[in-house]
Amino acid sequence: MELALTDIIFYLFAGTTLASGMLVISARNPVHSVLWLILAFFSAAGLFVLMGAEFLAMLLVVVYVGAVAVLFLFVVMMLDISFTELRQGMMQHMPLGVLIGLILLVELATLAFAWNFGDDVAKNAASPAPIDAGVTNTEALGALLYTDYIFIFQTAGLILLVAMIGAIVLTHRDRTGVRRQNISAQVRRKPDDAFDLVDVETGQGVTLPPKKG
Amino acid sequence: MVEAFFEWFPTTWLGLFFGIEQTAVFYFFAIVLMILAVVLPLLIAVAFTVYFDRKIWAAVQMRRGPNVVGPFGLLQSFADGLKLFLKETIIPAGANKVIFLIAPMITFTLALVSWAVIPFDEGMAIADLNVGILYVLAISSLGVYGIIMSGWASNSRYAFLGALRSAAQMVSYEVSIGFVLVCVLIAAGSLNLSDIVDAQAGSVLNWYFIPFFPIYIIFFISALAETNRPPFDLPEAEAELVAGYQVEYSSMAFALFFLGEYANILLMSAVMAILFFGGWHSPFPFLDFIPGFIWLFIKIAFGFWLFAMVKAFVPRYRYDQLMRLGWKVFLPLSLFFVVFYAAIYVYGGFLPTNS
Repeated sequence: MELALTDIIFYLFAGTTLASGMLVISARNPVHSVLWLILAFFSAAGLFVLMGAEFLAMLLVVVYVGAVAVLFLFVVMMLDISFTELRQGMMQHMPLGVLIGLILLVELATLAFAWNFGDDVAKNAASPAPIDAGVTNTEALGALLYTDYIFIFQTAGLILLVAMIGAIVLTHRDRTGVRRQNISAQVRRKPDDAFDLVDVETGQGVTLPPKKG
Repeated sequence: MVEAFFEWFPTTWLGLFFGIEQTAVFYFFAIVLMILAVVLPLLIAVAFTVYFDRKIWAAVQMRRGPNVVGPFGLLQSFADGLKLFLKETIIPAGANKVIFLIAPMITFTLALVSWAVIPFDEGMAIADLNVGILYVLAISSLGVYGIIMSGWASNSRYAFLGALRSAAQMVSYEVSIGFVLVCVLIAAGSLNLSDIVDAQAGSVLNWYFIPFFPIYIIFFISALAETNRPPFDLPEAEAELVAGYQVEYSSMAFALFFLGEYANILLMSAVMAILFFGGWHSPFPFLDFIPGFIWLFIKIAFGFWLFAMVKAFVPRYRYDQLMRLGWKVFLPLSLFFVVFYAAIYVYGGFLPTNS
């Protein structure tokens, strides 16, 4: 009974992932595609939870669904994409797409059926993190990432930082003549700096004093 | 997972009522019962929260506020709910119907789902997850979809602008909320909400709002932005955008947005109580005879009172200033505090020793 329940939940999540994955590429409306993609992410997170990797599941939701996909949706909603135009080149690019798909499929099949692990590797693959069951997921990951794999982890972070700075440098433009708000200057400003009170005699007009900073 | 649940359930407060008979159907109903035990009081609390929000706002402005329906106007929210229920749901002709109707449901559901991990007392949570705080963060980051979908599906300029504003705002302030959480996690040594509360056991002196006062302020202001509350209610700024993403909604669809918004505010108050005000613990040991969930209730009420007072006091931000505050002030500040507190805890030898 208990086993059946987890099975049902697994097939529910797996089925949703596959179905929404299909709908991502077959939906006619790009916004619908992104929404299906989000559902796919979300059910993948559900699969992670079923495997007992709750930390990864939450990270998947926080990072991909909560931030990346929002920006994705943002861009797709703002762009006015005409899909009939995009579909015109479809037949032209079809052979290349099919070829890439076939290569990926062959690779996956090789991995699944004809791949032999070395003795040590096979042992590691069975239990990648040999830590006792009393330790929580997060602790186990942290103990592994921040000790054995610290350099790889830090390098990955560094690459992301470089990518971020690169993106900012590429899109940043320094426009001249923009009147930016300087809040500290605004707060520092006193009434005396801004205006003068002048007694004007009738019919005389007034000569403006030199402008203050 | 399920086996673990079977072992865990009898140890909780509801399991004690049922004994230890273990069948799957029975557990299913037990879970449903637990969910109802949280959601029904929550919805009633939301109704009164709306009332108290209006009352506090009125009191600050020396008005009376709602005072007609029921004694002191207490039933005003139910009257409003009934009115919305009886109205017609209007779907704009150019709207994307399915997404238009799903969006308020998503907002409402997500606002309720987070409550699954909130511990109301020792062991009194629907799901005492190991990654509870991340779960709350994940669900609150999903909340933006209800808004952005409604804005897009309405096929209206006002709604769309409101949705875009909201998406950018929520993503921005989540970053500093994340860093604030990291500070608290360093001190508590766990992602589990019950453990975080237990790390503050003892008296009011152990509550985290004392050592973490600066980041508590950051968290509170970010929570205002995250829940689209004034002074950060730009997504629905009535002067510029009519009502933002809600502009095309009527009847129950609107009511779902409204309820979801207030359930989220209560959730943020609850998270604030758990992270900074010791959750279910009483402030002084001699007050321990009062049950924990009443203390949590008082703390949530206090949190909500702060939210309501800010609404009454502070004028609305301009959108570019809101973004400046999020990215140029809170992000560097919270990043600094992560390093600062980590240094103090590591070099001061205060790190929790649970591993």
